[in-house]
Amino acid sequence: MIDKRDAKLSLGFLSVSFIALFIGAIAGLLQTLVRSGTIELPLHIGYYQLLTAHGVLLALIFTTFFIVGFLYAGISKTMGALYDVPRRTAWLGFAMMTFGTILATIFILLNKATVLYTFYAPLQASPWFYVALVHVVVGSWLCAFSMWNQYYIWKRRTKNKLSPLFSYMAVMTMALWFIATLGVAATVILQFIPWSIGWVDKIDILISRTLFWYFGHPLVYFWLLPAYMCWYVVIPKIIGGKIFSDALARLSFVLFLLFSIPVGFHHQLLEPGISHSWKFFQVVLTFMVIVPSLMTAFSMFAVFETAGRKKGAKGLFGWFKVLPWKDVRFFAPMMGMLIFVPAGAGGIINASHQLNQVIHNTLWVTGHFHLTVASTVALTFFGIAYWLVPYLSGRTLTPQMNKLGIIQTIMWTVGMAFMSGAMHLVGLFGAPRRTAYTTYSDHPQAMDWVPYQAAMAIGGTILFIAILLLMYIIGYLAFKAPKGEMDFPVGEVEEEAAATPVILENWKLWVGICAALILIAYTIPFWHMIEHGPPGSTGYKFW
Amino acid sequence: MHIHKYEKIWLWSGAVCLTIFLLIVGVSAYAMGNQPPSHMETIDPQKAALTAPFDKPALTKIGDNEYEAIMLAQAFTFTPSKMTVPKGSTVHFKVTSTDVVHGFQIPATNVNMMITPGYVSKISHTFDKPGKYLILCNEYCGVGHQVMAVTLEVTS
Repeated sequence: MIDKRDAKLSLGFLSVSFIALFIGAIAGLLQTLVRSGTIELPLHIGYYQLLTAHGVLLALIFTTFFIVGFLYAGISKTMGALYDVPRRTAWLGFAMMTFGTILATIFILLNKATVLYTFYAPLQASPWFYVALVHVVVGSWLCAFSMWNQYYIWKRRTKNKLSPLFSYMAVMTMALWFIATLGVAATVILQFIPWSIGWVDKIDILISRTLFWYFGHPLVYFWLLPAYMCWYVVIPKIIGGKIFSDALARLSFVLFLLFSIPVGFHHQLLEPGISHSWKFFQVVLTFMVIVPSLMTAFSMFAVFETAGRKKGAKGLFGWFKVLPWKDVRFFAPMMGMLIFVPAGAGGIINASHQLNQVIHNTLWVTGHFHLTVASTVALTFFGIAYWLVPYLSGRTLTPQMNKLGIIQTIMWTVGMAFMSGAMHLVGLFGAPRRTAYTTYSDHPQAMDWVPYQAAMAIGGTILFIAILLLMYIIGYLAFKAPKGEMDFPVGEVEEEAAATPVILENWKLWVGICAALILIAYTIPFWHMIEHGPPGSTGYKFW
Repeated sequence: MHIHKYEKIWLWSGAVCLTIFLLIVGVSAYAMGNQPPSHMETIDPQKAALTAPFDKPALTKIGDNEYEAIMLAQAFTFTPSKMTVPKGSTVHFKVTSTDVVHGFQIPATNVNMMITPGYVSKISHTFDKPGKYLILCNEYCGVGHQVMAVTLEVTS
């Protein structure tokens, strides 16, 4: 058991995370029912209002709170109890983030911020919505500073010993987050807030979009890296194996830091004002970030095979059968991992110029990130929560809850297969994303999309039932499960694995290269946007 | 750093695949001209509807089987809202927004681009099959976003 005060801290973050997940899931269910034409919303609730709530609460709040909570637990486990200053800073961060979350939710519910979670200008929300977002981001920075501080003190006290793998990865994840959120903080603080208050009349659209997408792509890696931490560090222990290579695990995280940021243009491939050469350059960098994911895939399957063979598995694929399929701590993340195969392939499609032209802003994209963040990442997080919540609250994961967890995972996978599968298909036919129920005056093409939207609603309903089940399991594990000692699974490194080169902990070097790549990929096109930018836009409230 | 032999093989095959993918994208873009819409022309978004040629949005014949469609995107419609061209025509769309960000997509074709206020977006397409094509907005633009669509009829 980690230090009680750290357990409390981690549980604080996880609680907000699961409340956000629940509210966001209700919005999600209603969206699929509206879009299939099944229901109409009562009480003047708007479809796009729900969509904003769904995006903010799930993509930003659920993920960030869960990640920070998980990282603190793991840091306290691997580096020892948090020192006083880092712990105090963490609570301050928690307070700011929670305040921001509540404020944002209120303004979304008041219908003052129906701008979706990407809040593209010149749609103009209430200034309080942007102020709320700043609180969430700056609060998360305090958490980043606190984790780095912990790492720094630990390194000093241990006379520069090699940091534990989990903590190294936590520091890297927060470094990625901090560098990425500088972009969104810049646009919100320097552009949106003065403009929405009325201090300035106009906003430069392309610059705000570019700063947003500078943040928007590393954001998805911020979701993914903690899932990878579970795969690299936790899973080997659960399946009775060893970490394949400490050095390669660290190297993959270094590569994520380097290549996940200077790639935002692949979200802006179809817009004017950015020359196609810079778009292509960032597409090349986008493909580089696939390499560390390939490394991760190799490491994971190497761990599965070696662990299986040690258990006496025979034949080419015998090891696959002896994996602990009945242990939800393994099963849920493993399903996430398997889903990442098609999800990653879809990502390569999205980043390719000409294919992007076919699927951009269609439901295909929505289908894509429901496989990545809402399946690969979410299932891994659920798998973590099943042991982390009882671990932190001094309880145990009972066999009965384990079984329910497996059912939950299967329901999630099936529900997502329906929903995301239908989204992918109908997206290829051209159905736009982020659009309420419509048949475009009974246009035959749009009529053909309706059955797929019904399949999305079936999937959405299954997913919502799975969320209810998840809430029951988590509630039981936090408050009702029998008291006892759980294990925080932390894998050990394979004996014959080579030693970890010191250079991997040379932060100045990696952050320096990261900054250089960002400058190379962005300086010239960004300067062009400033130099040759059109007059800005005034705000519009079209909802 | 030591890397296992099998992992080297795996990573090299991955790298070769990615390089091939990039080559396909690059050759298609640079040798065959399939670049994403990246027009650099700007316009004052506040005055877009008063600035030529957008003060007179229309479909004009500019050559044999060639048309230019000057279009305005505004919440929640496109102007002109009805257009007709004969089969086999190439239409050069030139679009800008008078208010917020919109999308411009014709399902069943590769016509898909963003309409960002302050910029002029351009894309061309040859319509070989007759039918009533839907031109729709695929970027959230407000409460009526789902009705923002017009049609382009291709006659046989």
